[in-house]
Amino acid sequence: MSVFVTQLFNGLSLGSIMLFIAIGLAITFGLMGVINMAHGELIMVGAYATYVVQQFFAQYAPQSMDYYYIIAIPVSFFVSALLGLGLEKSLIRHLYHRPLDSLLATWGVSLILQQMARTIFGAPNVAVLPPEWLDGGVRVAGMVFPYKRLFILAFVAVSIFVLYMYLNKTAAGRRIRAVTLNRDMAACLGISTQKVDAYAFAIGSGFAGLAGCALTLIGPIGPTIGTYYIVDAFMVVILGGVGKVIGTVLGAFGIGLIGTLTEYSTSATMAKVITFALIIVFLQWKPSGLVSMKTRSLD
Amino acid sequence: MIKKNWMYWLFFLALFLAPFYLTEFRLSLLGKFLCFAMIAIGISLIWGYTGILSLGHGVYFGLGAYCMAMYLKLEASGGRLPDFMEWSGVNKLPWFWKPFEQPVIAISSAIIVPVLLAMFLSYFTFRNRIKGVYFSLLSQAIVVVFVTLFIGKQEWTGGTNGLTNFSTVFGFSLSSPLTQIVLYLLTVVLLLSMFLFSRWLTRSRFGRVLVAIRDSENRVRFLGFNPTTYKVFVYSLSAAFAGIAGAMFVLQVGLISPAMMGIIPSIEMVLWVAVGGRSSLIGAIIGAIVTNGAKSFFSENYPDIWLLFLGGLFIAVVLFLPNGLAGVYQSVKQRKKQGEVRANEASSHVLQRVSRF
Repeated sequence: MSVFVTQLFNGLSLGSIMLFIAIGLAITFGLMGVINMAHGELIMVGAYATYVVQQFFAQYAPQSMDYYYIIAIPVSFFVSALLGLGLEKSLIRHLYHRPLDSLLATWGVSLILQQMARTIFGAPNVAVLPPEWLDGGVRVAGMVFPYKRLFILAFVAVSIFVLYMYLNKTAAGRRIRAVTLNRDMAACLGISTQKVDAYAFAIGSGFAGLAGCALTLIGPIGPTIGTYYIVDAFMVVILGGVGKVIGTVLGAFGIGLIGTLTEYSTSATMAKVITFALIIVFLQWKPSGLVSMKTRSLD
Repeated sequence: MIKKNWMYWLFFLALFLAPFYLTEFRLSLLGKFLCFAMIAIGISLIWGYTGILSLGHGVYFGLGAYCMAMYLKLEASGGRLPDFMEWSGVNKLPWFWKPFEQPVIAISSAIIVPVLLAMFLSYFTFRNRIKGVYFSLLSQAIVVVFVTLFIGKQEWTGGTNGLTNFSTVFGFSLSSPLTQIVLYLLTVVLLLSMFLFSRWLTRSRFGRVLVAIRDSENRVRFLGFNPTTYKVFVYSLSAAFAGIAGAMFVLQVGLISPAMMGIIPSIEMVLWVAVGGRSSLIGAIIGAIVTNGAKSFFSENYPDIWLLFLGGLFIAVVLFLPNGLAGVYQSVKQRKKQGEVRANEASSHVLQRVSRF
């Protein structure tokens, strides 16, 4: 029983990380149909932003070191969001009608960002010390649930809730949904799709930054951290279906649970193979993913 | 035909004569690039002509290379267990290594294994009309799966180090210059036949259907064709090209490791074709040679800048040269032609008038 609960918890924890990585991607991919391969590097930028904030606190305010993480959260969001905004304005804007080309161009951006991180912070991984109040864990009936994992779960839950409220309850969110549903019709009704594209892309990038901030809690960060996660993130989006937040949530936790359970019964290598095979099999049954928007158009 | 395409023939003639004017080191480098050019032809077929962007060709290349390498490794071990198996405590040759003692089986499986994998993947995705970026991402996931598998199963595949330390092929020493020259010439012959075959294919009715699929798949479907069959065939063909390239690569370079089939090499393969011109077969070949030449130059002299340069190249080609070098050549030629046409226009106009009467 306790093994089962531990595995379930691990699965949820992995799923929450997956969700964090994929949610920004779901926004940009769902809205604009642009594959942003540099998404992984925006995660990396968020992680390094957290590292920089920590170094800053260690240097100038060592007495309030406990609270650096609270500052790091908005900082990582805004740094990645700004970078995303710049990326959209300078590059992606020109590639909206060529999704395969946008994939290649953003891959080029990711290579450049990686190399820049290597130049600035050095090739070896850097470690971010998690704040002390996240050490330890909750003990329930002989099982330990680390605070860090619980914190990430809560962090994701709050972020998704905020995103959901933003998309569904505010005027700006409504515009984003309108453009996602039918770009031409939204434009006819006076929505500036260019503006919507720009800030939606910034928000998606900001979520990548948050994901990077969360990842610093569970391991060291390096220039290639983005490449490590990007493929998984796309699998989540493909499995979950494009255009709805709930699909990404289901896809992330589905992959998280399947990954952990197969890893427990086989090995880490086989788990990846089995998870991927299951995704292919699943797509045979539902080619457009778990949750998809209904449309009558052909392409 | 010969007059019109004299540049192609000159190009291949230069390749054939390369052993006479290149040093041994440069020749082996060129041989490596020509293997990459084979992959580029396949990618041009699926991407430029059919509109399928595959980010997974590293796997097909790697599988072909591993099939060949397994044979070479067994021959080098001379009846004993390969060295890396002894290190990882395996005391019996795994059953799937056994057939690779036969060169015929090794060579044919260097083609068959990638083709089977490509057929499996493409049939089950194209049948469900999963296309565009979705297919690209799935093919990239295949890369991740295979790389983790090959690294994880160290006792069977040599892990991160891959397979290396070969000595002979069919009894001939791999390190002798003569063997290398023969292998190089074989590579050129294979490349030329792949090029001619693809050229014939793209100019046939079949090729027109491929271009039609790229431009409007649904319309092709309404006309009564089944795009799935065409796409599966051309995708498997390109996998076969990549597999052959892998086998020739291992023979000339003497090493294959998971790092050579990973995500970054796979996407670099697409870049070669993008640089050369995606819908031009000769452009793809030249793109592969030029990009890899630049790579070996930059990474020898400025290793740090290479990634920046590569990234910049991706962006620049996509934004400014969507048709690559071949596109530049075409537009220059067109402009020249337009000039001539304008000069002739007046006289031809009169002629037309006259012939009408």
